[in-house]
Amino acid sequence: MAVSGLIMLGYLVAHVAGNLKVFFGPEEFNAYGHWLRVMGAPVLHHEWALWLVRIVLLAAVVAHAVSAYQLSRRDIKARPTAYVHRRKRSSYATRTMRWGGIILALFIVWHVLDLTTGTVHPGGFEEGKPYQNVVDTFSTWYGNVVYIVAMLALGLHVRHGFWSAAQTLGVGSARRERLLKVLANALALVLTAGFVSVPLAVMTGVVS
Amino acid sequence: MRLNLRVWRQKNAGTEGAMATYEVDGVSPDMSFLEMLDTLNEDLILRGEDPVAFDHDCREGICGACSLVIDGEAHGPERTTTCQLHMRSFRDGDTIDVEPWRASAFPVVKDLVVDRSAFDRVIQAGGYISAPTGSAPEAHATPVPKADADSAFEHAECIGCGACVAACPNGSAMLFTSAKINHLNVLPQGSPERETRVLDMVAQMDAEGFGGCTLTGECATACPKGIPLPSIAAMNKEWLRALRKAPRG
Repeated sequence: MAVSGLIMLGYLVAHVAGNLKVFFGPEEFNAYGHWLRVMGAPVLHHEWALWLVRIVLLAAVVAHAVSAYQLSRRDIKARPTAYVHRRKRSSYATRTMRWGGIILALFIVWHVLDLTTGTVHPGGFEEGKPYQNVVDTFSTWYGNVVYIVAMLALGLHVRHGFWSAAQTLGVGSARRERLLKVLANALALVLTAGFVSVPLAVMTGVVS
Repeated sequence: MRLNLRVWRQKNAGTEGAMATYEVDGVSPDMSFLEMLDTLNEDLILRGEDPVAFDHDCREGICGACSLVIDGEAHGPERTTTCQLHMRSFRDGDTIDVEPWRASAFPVVKDLVVDRSAFDRVIQAGGYISAPTGSAPEAHATPVPKADADSAFEHAECIGCGACVAACPNGSAMLFTSAKINHLNVLPQGSPERETRVLDMVAQMDAEGFGGCTLTGECATACPKGIPLPSIAAMNKEWLRALRKAPRG
């Protein structure tokens, strides 16, 4: 869970940084999109680096989902009887890890079909014109709702996930406890704010 | 004080249990929770009913025998053992839910008594040292840095009551196992088995059917001895180190 999660987290940091290029206008954003395809050239062939990233990510998503399934199965088996007296346990971010993960998995499917393949894209999807595609998606109400809800779920997931990964890998200690919590919250906040800023910009007309 | 108790009654491991309601009168705020249950049991015996079975031993908060999930919290609302929980923590007329530890690795034996021998087997797997013991050795013979001694002592405080497992929504025994490992692994006396200890105890913990850790932190909140949550990270670190140091087939 920890290693696959951190791989995806590393990708998200690069992803949000790339997304923010949308604020520099269509030329720069589209050129960035093009660069992703020629990354590593001339050593690597067209889109090889991109496909390498995609394969690693896919492996991370699958590993993350499989271990989440195994861990959940094991945990439910270890505590088959609930207490009669129920009370709220642990923080919201901690309690929503499973559902949050499922929401994020569904979001990723929609997100790829929307902005990578263009299968469910509203309006005409144009390969090589990511700027216009982004504006199209966030010009629909459901595009905004789905995206923003998923990004809030992402923030919560990262908040507990990053800190937990540090504990799993044995990096956590009494002295670093505070630092790790602050880092997890900062990561969650930066990622959510960064991602959500794009639909907000389209909605307010800053990006059009 | 007059209290309404809802207590888990279960004849034995093979039968289904249910919550039963009892009224207890004449409870003094100075009574411990267990003394309050004694009062209930005396009353039940006089009425010819089966007394409520619960675990207890030293009643001083040091043995780890008493258990009970009180109002959904292991050892009740105070951060101490059930025997050191006093009735002044409750108010006259309160309804109190009393349940046994819940985890598949801790099956119910009767009423509020659960079988915690899974913990004994985890200890047997590596919670010991092989250095010769006997009369207390000269204190300066084996120097231990102060920070290590403090850490070992902090973890040695674990009384193995199982509140961590009871509080964990996953029925995980990570905090217990980490306390035992961190206690011995930082000391020179525990060094010869440093790698095998963590690998064997974690393997036994898994074999007993305890759940996996999702870092909810419920264990450390419930622990009457204040074993801190980062102990789990320290155990994970020891485990990863042992994997590198002692590759086994």
